[in-house]
Amino acid sequence: MQPILKMINITKTFPGVVANRNVNLEVYHGEIHALLGENGAGKSTLMNVLYGLYQADSGEIYFEGKRVNFESAKDAIRAGIGMIHQHFMLIPVHTVLDNIIMGLPGDRGIFYDRALHRERVLEIAHRYGLEIDPDAYVQDLSVGAQQRVEIVKALYRKAKLLIMDEPTAVLTPQEVKELFSTLKKLSQEGMSIILITHKLNEVLEVADRVTVLRDGQVIKTLNTKDADEKLLAQLMVGREVNFVPAKSPCQPGPVVLEIKDLVVKNQRGITALNGLSLTVRGGEILGIAGVDGNGQTELAEAIAGLIKPVAGTILLNGEPIVGKKPRVITEKGLGHIPEDRHKRGLVLDFTLSENIILQSYYCEPWCGKFGFLNLNSIKSMAQELLEKYKVKAPHSEVAARTLSGGNQQKVVVAREISRRPKLLLAVQPTRGVDVGAIEYIHEQIIKERERGAAVLLISTELSEILALSDRIAVIYKGQIMGEMTNDNPDINEIGLMMAGIRKKKEAS
Amino acid sequence: MEQIFTLGFFITLLAATIRLSVPILLAALGGMFSERSGVINIGLEGMMLIGALFGVIGSYVTGSPWIGILFAIGGGILLALIHAYMTVSLGVDHVVTGIAVNILSVGLTSFIFRAMFGITTTPVKVNAFKPLAIPGLKDLPLIGPILFQQNILVYLAFLLVPLASLILYRTSWGLAIRTVGEHPKAADTVGINVVKIRYLCVLLSGIFAGVAGAFLSLGQFNMFVDNMVSGRGFIAVAAVIFGKWKPSGILAASLIFGLADALQIRLQAVGTGIPYQVFLMLPYIVTVIAMSGLVGKTTAPAALGKSYEKN
Repeated sequence: MQPILKMINITKTFPGVVANRNVNLEVYHGEIHALLGENGAGKSTLMNVLYGLYQADSGEIYFEGKRVNFESAKDAIRAGIGMIHQHFMLIPVHTVLDNIIMGLPGDRGIFYDRALHRERVLEIAHRYGLEIDPDAYVQDLSVGAQQRVEIVKALYRKAKLLIMDEPTAVLTPQEVKELFSTLKKLSQEGMSIILITHKLNEVLEVADRVTVLRDGQVIKTLNTKDADEKLLAQLMVGREVNFVPAKSPCQPGPVVLEIKDLVVKNQRGITALNGLSLTVRGGEILGIAGVDGNGQTELAEAIAGLIKPVAGTILLNGEPIVGKKPRVITEKGLGHIPEDRHKRGLVLDFTLSENIILQSYYCEPWCGKFGFLNLNSIKSMAQELLEKYKVKAPHSEVAARTLSGGNQQKVVVAREISRRPKLLLAVQPTRGVDVGAIEYIHEQIIKERERGAAVLLISTELSEILALSDRIAVIYKGQIMGEMTNDNPDINEIGLMMAGIRKKKEAS
Repeated sequence: MEQIFTLGFFITLLAATIRLSVPILLAALGGMFSERSGVINIGLEGMMLIGALFGVIGSYVTGSPWIGILFAIGGGILLALIHAYMTVSLGVDHVVTGIAVNILSVGLTSFIFRAMFGITTTPVKVNAFKPLAIPGLKDLPLIGPILFQQNILVYLAFLLVPLASLILYRTSWGLAIRTVGEHPKAADTVGINVVKIRYLCVLLSGIFAGVAGAFLSLGQFNMFVDNMVSGRGFIAVAAVIFGKWKPSGILAASLIFGLADALQIRLQAVGTGIPYQVFLMLPYIVTVIAMSGLVGKTTAPAALGKSYEKN
């Protein structure tokens, strides 16, 4: 059978980096083909080349047997390729219908016949069981619904090959299941699908074949029947990977963090935390699972003193910290790995050593008498930390911006852990970080627990919660839906709680 | 004092309001397209000024105010091209470029004016637009003298409001413009040419601002004097924001500014004993009050002022 897509010897370089080197990829009709690789392995670049957003330096692309050369996304769309980006390409303030028809030519001259489009969109949505409301505004939709809009958008443009870039990153387990059944349905109807991912279980669950990329090169293409997680991880990272870091049994100490009936309003004045309570003891990791946007950010910021709660108490080692300044809370023993390393964790244009002293620049030994910084000791300390925490950087005086995401995150982790916090607040500690760095950061978090620190881990990656936590609490709409020890927990039940459905026993 | 607040006073006040709101309305509608595509255009002031001069030149050379309008459009396009090249192609900060356009225009127009007409004490008079009363409608009580005894550019300007609305909300162009201004990358992925749309929208704002300037020099004052736009372009920028980037809102904003302007001229003439400079400030005070949150929270196009680079 003739493949629908053939990419031959694709090479694409950016200044200083070879993103793709002689990459070959074949995708068959009706196949779900996974493109597996770590961040920076060149998956997205390859797909952007295919979709006409980038031009390859060399190589050939054949689509439906014909040599093609897409100069823009318009060409690719016209040929029948649809791409669903990791960050949705939707306009929040436009309606679903406008988002689907944007970029299409007018129907009568430059005028749109929206009624006609509306009907056709609903027809397609119905045929594939993709429930959407064409008149809703995208900003009011859940992430899962937005993804359905993206899929309909591609189908509406008569896509024959669908590229999906990390589609599950923002979904609940249930939404992931729904998405996968949609993808299978589409592929049965003859749609070819390329699934870009770095999650091994997804590859095995939904894909027919998988091509593994590493450092811009194809390592291997194989049938998923012949693969397992261990093999794929090894191909992807180039060495053996420990998925579940070794942990000693949990020996909880005294309560370090106690939160009672916390109520927090977010910047828009909407109640984000609604009477949330939890405790974390020394030497244990409490994992907060939940779908993004259920109050996780506000919980972390309230603990760190970045926003002031409306009501409730937060005790750190028995002392109330509500209303205290972030610096005071930091000095009382909080280590904070923030959710967004670009916004909160680092000053990207500062050097690594400047970033490392961000919270403690005013104390000895960084700051001497009369307020002068002690540059030599700062530098040597920074250099030491970079080595200890295996940050890949030329030296401590380069701007944080120049590092890869994983190494930037390691700098944040190094800074927070080196202050030996009593409470480590880790929010999405491995978001956008590759498998190697994930493994390393996880080890460090576990080391902190072993040292006796209390760890509050907030993550939307359920696998991360399951791998690290001693106890698991699920957050939904600013409240804890339920709590359990991480001892063969019922994943289905966690998933239901993440979607706001309480345990069956309590409901009945 | 009270004898001035007669019916006749209100009729002339409102007629003047309509007339004085036109240059602001025209420039602001153009500015709206530019900003909806994501390019801040505070160069409207300079584009109006060059339009005012080129309009006079065109009318002076050919004797036809219509050719004057074409010249004005040419002048607006010239400055708009500079603005578009700097902001869209080179990615220079939109506000900085806009300021440069304004400063360039002040110097350029003064220079060209003197080079062409020498240093005169009596302003050069040219053929201008005459009031065009609309038969039938002009005799309506109240409304006739207010609305239907204006010059043709006034009618055209007000017709542009529904037209702009139609283009923005009903056509593929409008959706493309709004998409580019909100999320240029998303526009790119559905095959909309971001650079092309932004260029066209900035050029459109240049055209509109050029006509707005020509309206001042050919429809109101019938002459060119240095810096004659005197802040109306900036008020147009404010009207875009005050009008929430919508044609109908911009119409309302322009009428409010027009009213403030018409009122201050009349209050100056009344002789209240208050220095006339106080009244001169009126339109600008209205602008400041309007901008300081009177309209509530306005949401600008999400990608306004942000340059877009593909790679």
